[in-house]
Amino acid sequence: MLEKLVLELLKKGKRLEKRGFLDYREIKVENNVIPRAEGSSRVKIGNTEVIAGIKLELSEPFKDEKESGVLIVNAEFAPIAHATFEPGPPSEEAIELARLVDRLIRSSKTINFEKLKISDELVYGVFIDIHVINHDGNLLDASALAALNALNNCKIPKYEDGKLIRNEIIGKLEIKHKPLYCTIACFEDKFLVDLNQYEENVVDSKIAIGLKEDNTICAIQLLSGKIDYDKIEKILEIAEEKTKYLRNFVF
Amino acid sequence: MLKGKIVVPGEKVENEIKENIYFRNGEKYSQIVGLIEEKKDIITPLNFTYLPKVGDKVIGIIEEIEASGWFVNINAPHFAFLPLAEALNEFVDVFRTDLSKFFNIGEIIYAKIINIIGNRIIQVSIKEEGAKLEDGVIIKTLPSKVPRIIGKNASMLKILQEKTNCKIIVGNNGLIWVKGEKIDKVYEAIKLIEKESHLSGLTEKVAKLLENG
Amino acid sequence: MVELIKDGKRVDGRDFEELRKIKIEVNPIPNANGSALFSFGNTIAIAAVYGPRSLYPKFLQEKEETLVRVRYNMAPFSTETRKNPGIDRRSIEISKVIKNAIENSIFSEEYPRTVIDCYAEVLSGDGSTRVTSLNALSISLALAGIKMKDLIAACTAGRIGDKIIVDLNQLEDNYGDCDISFAMLLNTNEIVLLQLDGEIKKDEFLYALKVLKEKCKIIREEQERKIKEYFEKNA
Repeated sequence: MLEKLVLELLKKGKRLEKRGFLDYREIKVENNVIPRAEGSSRVKIGNTEVIAGIKLELSEPFKDEKESGVLIVNAEFAPIAHATFEPGPPSEEAIELARLVDRLIRSSKTINFEKLKISDELVYGVFIDIHVINHDGNLLDASALAALNALNNCKIPKYEDGKLIRNEIIGKLEIKHKPLYCTIACFEDKFLVDLNQYEENVVDSKIAIGLKEDNTICAIQLLSGKIDYDKIEKILEIAEEKTKYLRNFVF
Repeated sequence: MLKGKIVVPGEKVENEIKENIYFRNGEKYSQIVGLIEEKKDIITPLNFTYLPKVGDKVIGIIEEIEASGWFVNINAPHFAFLPLAEALNEFVDVFRTDLSKFFNIGEIIYAKIINIIGNRIIQVSIKEEGAKLEDGVIIKTLPSKVPRIIGKNASMLKILQEKTNCKIIVGNNGLIWVKGEKIDKVYEAIKLIEKESHLSGLTEKVAKLLENG
Repeated sequence: MVELIKDGKRVDGRDFEELRKIKIEVNPIPNANGSALFSFGNTIAIAAVYGPRSLYPKFLQEKEETLVRVRYNMAPFSTETRKNPGIDRRSIEISKVIKNAIENSIFSEEYPRTVIDCYAEVLSGDGSTRVTSLNALSISLALAGIKMKDLIAACTAGRIGDKIIVDLNQLEDNYGDCDISFAMLLNTNEIVLLQLDGEIKKDEFLYALKVLKEKCKIIREEQERKIKEYFEKNA
């Protein structure tokens, strides 16, 4: 609905509410919001809101994986969050988002899976579910931030006689790194971050860059559009600066 | 053999080329796989999909009947439209007339493309040089093979007609209407032309094929 | 742990920046508007393009442009252990990024309210299956007569320790430190597919992009050569 307005503004070098092209909207993070989940985080970026919840479940380790740990990431674009979200099987966007968060955490070897081993045949499996509460753009950066915060606050329940005793906590999940996404958009010759839902529909292209705290790249995805080959270096620079800023919101 | 130069999408072409090109940094590039013939300023598509052009004569099949005319399948991405005024010379009261009595679904016409709006709305006419084709069958070929099936000065088409006694109309859209006893022979000949269109002595070969039986 | 580099060579004897043998078959599927088979060594993908054609129901139509639909699929016999038939989450994601690459390579506004259906079947998978599929689709689109800015050239790169390699096979994909899928239009200098998995430093990544661009030139030339050869014989 507001696409035309934001497009006119972007052409003039402006954004809604006088926001700079490389500014994030206000970010709010609240951890441990879901009493039933082992780890959880509620992240707001402007009007975008997502909740990441982690359940630890007894699992068999995968045999032929590089790492023995079990990590499953799922994302739900529930109809509650936007008029265009429909009930039913996950959309390709939801699947892509889940797989991208999975890739970020897995590639960066963030989770210390050694600590989640119970025996050779049994491990604590890490199930991260991302629930979109309100969609106003930039779901990927918000989801990665929520997932990392949830992991950082994830409690490990006691294992006894073949089952988990959820109310007895034996420790905290250990995370070794702090990987985050910054999604950068190109519009004409300009770059933008943290797009709202209308801006997302009018920019030329979007690319997600996942970086660890030492700026090692651990995931990249061209989400939409095409990108000039010569712009990649500049995009990486912006991502370095912005993920460093976002890391202030990991508690 | 092909006389000319084959180009692919993204390939730089000479400045005088007019169709199927795009500009970048002051240079012209081809958008399609095509042939630039000597001394010609267009790229002729060498592909398997028919894209309509104004002036093309096509074979079409009536698909739908509307209040103001007929939708016609011309083997292209969109149906063409045959308006009443381009189909009939007489006045028709559309509220009292069943248009299917002129052209019914499944019937075949030979028509000329007279107008294309926005790559999408294709108007055809049968007023000049057009006709409804009674009975007969349709044989499908590739649009790029049509010139070979017609031949130089329609020489190939003449042979096909004379040796088989069939009535044959070849549409630019790759649809060929055939009526007569020896339809199977015509089909065989068309397949031979498709397969060997790049070889010389094709006319003789086709004549020989048609004479044997 | 698998030893991926031995005596300065890769597991299949290649140099670090060496492509596997490219094989192309043009128009293997006569029913399609355009089709091609493309292989890098033991990775084989066959692709077909149907369209542009009419799209129903009508509400699916795009007013000003064509709708591109992509289905990437791996045959059950294409993998080491049999893959369950059907589309999984991985295939959905890959189909989406391939679709984006195609949408940004064609002149979509030439075919309003139509659909272009693009199908890629991986017949044999030995790494780099999505870029192999995209190379096959590039040729298929050109044969179908779809107007394009350029042929789409696609390739993978990766990192093993401090070495950058190209055109990853399955072992290198599974056990390497990083893998990058990449496609670009050389004529317009535009990247249309970029995915990265694993860890890599910025300098190494930028170097990998440079090598990828060089390799894409070779791949594009090979596509062009095969298309021309086909029409010289068949047109």
